[in-house]
Amino acid sequence: MAKMNMIQALNSALDNMMERDPDVISFGEDAGYFGGVFRVTANLQTKYGLDRSFDAPINEAAIMGMAIGMAAKGLKPVAEIQFSDYIFPGLDQIVSEMSRIRYRTAGAFTTPVVVRTPCGGGIRGGQTHSMSPEAFFTQVPGVQVVMPSNPYDAKGLLIAAIESPDPVIFFEPKRLYNGPFDGHSGGALSSWANHPKGEVPEDHYSLPIGKAEVVREGSAVTIVAYGTLVLVAQAAAEKAGVDAEIIDLKTLVPYDIETIAHSVNKTGRCIVAQEAPRTSGFAAELAAQIQEECFFALEAPIQRVTGWDTPYPHAHEWSYFPGPDRFINAMNTVLEA
Amino acid sequence: MAHTEPRFHVPAPHARPGDTPDFSHIEIPPAGEAKRPDTSVEGMETRDLALGLVRVLDHNHQAVGEWDPKLDAGVLREGLRHMVLTRAYDDRMLKLQRQGKMSFYMKSTGEEAVAVAGAMAMSKDDMVFPSYRQQGILFARGRDIVDMMCHCISNSRDNLKGRQLPVHYTWAEGKFFSISGNLATQLPQAVGYAMACEYRGDGEIAATWIGDGSTAEGDFHGALVLASTYRAPVIVNVVNNQWAISTFQGIAAGEAPTFAYKGMGYGLASLRIDGNDFLAVYAATQWAAKRARDGHGATVIEHFTYRADAHSTSDDPSGYRPKGENAIWPLGDPIERLKQHLIGLGEWDEERHVALEKELNELVIASYKEAESHGTLHDGPLSPVESIFEDVYAEPDWRLRRQRQDLGV
Repeated sequence: MAKMNMIQALNSALDNMMERDPDVISFGEDAGYFGGVFRVTANLQTKYGLDRSFDAPINEAAIMGMAIGMAAKGLKPVAEIQFSDYIFPGLDQIVSEMSRIRYRTAGAFTTPVVVRTPCGGGIRGGQTHSMSPEAFFTQVPGVQVVMPSNPYDAKGLLIAAIESPDPVIFFEPKRLYNGPFDGHSGGALSSWANHPKGEVPEDHYSLPIGKAEVVREGSAVTIVAYGTLVLVAQAAAEKAGVDAEIIDLKTLVPYDIETIAHSVNKTGRCIVAQEAPRTSGFAAELAAQIQEECFFALEAPIQRVTGWDTPYPHAHEWSYFPGPDRFINAMNTVLEA
Repeated sequence: MAHTEPRFHVPAPHARPGDTPDFSHIEIPPAGEAKRPDTSVEGMETRDLALGLVRVLDHNHQAVGEWDPKLDAGVLREGLRHMVLTRAYDDRMLKLQRQGKMSFYMKSTGEEAVAVAGAMAMSKDDMVFPSYRQQGILFARGRDIVDMMCHCISNSRDNLKGRQLPVHYTWAEGKFFSISGNLATQLPQAVGYAMACEYRGDGEIAATWIGDGSTAEGDFHGALVLASTYRAPVIVNVVNNQWAISTFQGIAAGEAPTFAYKGMGYGLASLRIDGNDFLAVYAATQWAAKRARDGHGATVIEHFTYRADAHSTSDDPSGYRPKGENAIWPLGDPIERLKQHLIGLGEWDEERHVALEKELNELVIASYKEAESHGTLHDGPLSPVESIFEDVYAEPDWRLRRQRQDLGV
């Protein structure tokens, strides 16, 4: 099996799908000739031609609208929004159009666009290149929201997203593009080549949207995380020596409540984590649902590990980022209660 | 305290309520004057057409000039029929809304030629992405009137299961895309669809419609960038009916001399035409459709017209414009003009016209009776309540299944 980082895995997913299905096309700002600022769409233009992998003008609303129109005709557009911080000009097309076409036409038209967009901080991106805006989209009936945490999942989930009959907002935690990350800012960049989830088949495979995975078994506390924080939580549990069970959510909409509830009913304690600001984040939804499902099994209040309710700072990035220490504090709190 | 002189420029219409209606500031060039270039012309060479006004029917209702599409009398009578039906339908639906039979309605009175001639000049296989005042397309493409009404009264036979406000039609079989209440969103969608037509190589094109006011939206400009960049086979119709609810066209136009001229900034072929002239709309659409189909790209068409009635059942025009403006609109009424043209050709007469109006009024009344037999918004039956959880996704996930149980359906 090949060793791939997340960029290569995503590129492999696009390559597999474009080879299989002439209706799959890829576009975005700098996503054609150059292959994207993060190189996820590299070589696709050379291999599949200008009309299947092309550069788009800098207008996210137009990119989304164009993708919707193409999907209405039966194509399978995979549109890249260069940074998820830039997705907001396209929000009307996603929220009012893409997500609701099936509903408002009673199924007469569908627009299963895949929107790929790098998210999250930890790359010294400052406030306009570091956001995690996933929660906005979980408020939008009709779209699915996915965020993988490793190359193997990234490929399998992107293929599933392209094959899905419904639109998918596919968040790519860019801090994990080139290697796993333990949340320690000073640490050397490790390589996906040494990580089991860096083993990625070159052939087509897909992973189910809506299915979470227990990535570390434990009995003391359940930590529910997605994206970069899955790896940070794992590192924190190792460092603290806590017997934590860690769930990689992978899909936010629809999230896998069964796997979460099963774990929390077993451990009786729970931490939910997100890199985004705290208030009204997706962790709040998880906490609310978990207490509805598992209230009588809970032995302590659910804790949230999140970013602060501030914009993502540049110089003080690591004071914003919910690193291992914040996880350890939360574990201490939830275990002491 | 209000300042008498504004400190920055805010455009204002020539007349407000209480003023005498006056359109003397509008320059109307003679019919037949505009040149008709080859459909392969460079976009920038249409500058005169973007600034002028393509007119075919002159003040004697005769077809003149290079843009005369030279249609058979049968086609003209068909167009007249669709326009008369559109107006009869609108008038009846307004009355029914006033009687509380539906929540909302929007007429297209005075603008029937824009939708009807536009639809007739395209192939029925071409996809349309309309805004909300193009019901004439549905009549021109032969949609069942009962189905249209069932949608508007959101009853058990509404093809949209009661999910959309009245007049926000969808008709997939007629290649009529879903109408959005969020303005201008259909513009980049139409361009994307048109690009997909090129990709498939099936010879189809797309057309879209937008109001003068909505051209201020970013999606209009984004769509023109896309259309220009990718040379998409799409027709972008700007329906300049002078009014965006209560806001006159100058608020969206700014210093631009015409809406068509905005297309020049993108290098697109751009035409400004008499939107109340069935033949001009037909000819311009036919030109743009051929241009698109032959691979020469998009055309922006400004249909210069007048919204003769309210924006919708939710506003009263006497609050923002003088009464009687529609009666003195210098480009007249599209139905009356086509009727007089046909009479002049010896292909129509008053008697037949009265009979046509009577026939179509009766058709509309009978259609409503049938529509109402499938229920009304007020008294039902509606689509089943559980249908609110359907079509959110291809398959409902656990949240929707649980929520349906919570609602007890």
